[in-house]
Amino acid sequence: MNHWIVAPIVLPAILAPFIIMVLRYHLDLQRIFSVAGVMALLGIALTITAQATTGEIQVYELGDWPAPFGIVLVLDRMSAMMVLLTALLALPIVLYAIGSGWDDRGKHFHALFHFQLMGVCGAFLTGDAFNLFVFFEVLLIASYGLMTHGGGAVRLKAGVQYVTYNLLGSTLFLFALGTIYSVTGTLNMADLAVRVAEIPPEDTALLRVGAVLLLLVFCIKAAVLPLHFWLPASYANAPLPVAALFAIMTKVGAYSILRVYTLAFGPDVAVTEGLVGAWLQPAALVTLAVGAIGILGSQHIARMAAFCAITSMGTLLIAISLFNEVAIAAALYYIFHSTLATALLFLVADMVMERRGGVIAPTAPMAQSGLISALFFVGAIAMAGMPPLSGFVGKLLVLDASRGAPDASAIWAVILIGSFVTIVGLARAGSLIFWKCHDAQVCPPTEPDEEVADTALFAPEPHPGLAFTSVFGVVLGLVLLTLFAGPALEYTSKTAEQLFTPDIYISAVLGREE
Amino acid sequence: MEALVASAVGVMTAAGIFLILRRRTFPVILGLSLLTYAVNVFLFATGRLALNAPAVLNKYEDVPYTDPLPQALVLTAIVISFGMTAVIVMIALSAYLSSKDDHIDMSASDSVDAPGEDA
Repeated sequence: MNHWIVAPIVLPAILAPFIIMVLRYHLDLQRIFSVAGVMALLGIALTITAQATTGEIQVYELGDWPAPFGIVLVLDRMSAMMVLLTALLALPIVLYAIGSGWDDRGKHFHALFHFQLMGVCGAFLTGDAFNLFVFFEVLLIASYGLMTHGGGAVRLKAGVQYVTYNLLGSTLFLFALGTIYSVTGTLNMADLAVRVAEIPPEDTALLRVGAVLLLLVFCIKAAVLPLHFWLPASYANAPLPVAALFAIMTKVGAYSILRVYTLAFGPDVAVTEGLVGAWLQPAALVTLAVGAIGILGSQHIARMAAFCAITSMGTLLIAISLFNEVAIAAALYYIFHSTLATALLFLVADMVMERRGGVIAPTAPMAQSGLISALFFVGAIAMAGMPPLSGFVGKLLVLDASRGAPDASAIWAVILIGSFVTIVGLARAGSLIFWKCHDAQVCPPTEPDEEVADTALFAPEPHPGLAFTSVFGVVLGLVLLTLFAGPALEYTSKTAEQLFTPDIYISAVLGREE
Repeated sequence: MEALVASAVGVMTAAGIFLILRRRTFPVILGLSLLTYAVNVFLFATGRLALNAPAVLNKYEDVPYTDPLPQALVLTAIVISFGMTAVIVMIALSAYLSSKDDHIDMSASDSVDAPGEDA
């Protein structure tokens, strides 16, 4: 067996308790080990991605129990890609958290960070539906700690809402899994695919209930309307570097939809044929529309970034809901882009909030205003999908993939008008925050005393160099994704092809029992 | 027995949903606990209900057995929901202590004025 597959889970699982138990009182050592751990994770992710590129699906049997009886981890192109994305996202964020001093504002930031990475990587790699639930819980428990990191009344209240909503989601997840298990007698995803196909159509009422319940759970994670209400308040009130890391969490929902509804309840399975696309597509369109309106209406830069996350999920799920190879290839490219772009906006929003507070209204000019406004501009271009960055390529691919769809006109209208509203909203925020402050009539120069008070209130980061470098790292990621759009798209196309031939996956997982 | 278990799940779920729609954190957390009890019983029943049957196969004779997998799932679910309830109690308690207010919803000023900043 190839032991690299379990490494992205084992490494953070060992590192996080080590940080808690041994390095508890040594912030510097915590930082060193945390960054080294993320770099090692990146190395592992690159290794397994290189292994997955061969197209072979590898299976890791935990405890050496064969597939339908034990839990398996499965490495295919999609899971390798998502693990790589997680590691690529985690590196700049952990550096930013160190540079901005966020990890020093509460306890156990680095340990929770690695528990979160463990949950996310586990969710991407597992081949068992109940194990998926367990990894969801791992990442959620860590996210509860990260979300309330640093404390404060408002953040804790938002944390209560966030935990409540996710506990409800977990309960629903268990109901869905119970229903599916009671019909099929298995929770291994490959085995599930085989059993679902065997069930006669007249006996599938319960199974359809289970499939739809499961879709609801994933839609809660992916913040699809009308299940998105948890997202703006939680992300806007979380420490913003953490919100940037949470950009991958909504993608876990999207990944799960892709995995389960191409494999177990695939598009050609009679039981759930057309079920997912029919429900998901209108919801995704409304998600995009409401997200764009939210960007336009936000009074606070953190909420605006949260609504940006919602719009990107809308675009992504429109592509997924088409359920054909071209659209899924576009969706996978867009996952990569939108995760980085959302994270970039959250990090820039944090820089703005550290210096002047986050209200979208003219205030006195802040330190390093030029550099931060340039970064905001880049993030806005990427998010809105304007050339030359990868958002443009991603949206173009989604539009192109939806050309042949029956309601292509609606999709095109929503995506294009949504992008336009997003541009207007981001431009409004950017000009109010960065430009209006230089207008002496709007903002008369402040008294020196007041300025001192301001700096004390919004202390800039202790290591600005590191913070800026990490944000530029995210920008570099977007630029590379644009420059290498060809190879990236080739990879995602092959991934989509692999997703649409589930037989390879099923025989790789179940084949060993013979 | 089936009717008893089914109605128990139903009543607990209904009571849980009623409670999570309350406005203060304490009833909401009680509602979440009730929902997790309901889902645990539900999971237990997904392996079909069997009385006085062991959870292992008998190698020597063909005797009834009960499905062991849901029991393992329920065990996992109980541990997770117990831990989660403890976490939400602690977060709710510290939110209450720092804001002197145990309403689950946030006032409009909370979310606009200073998200992320200590209020």
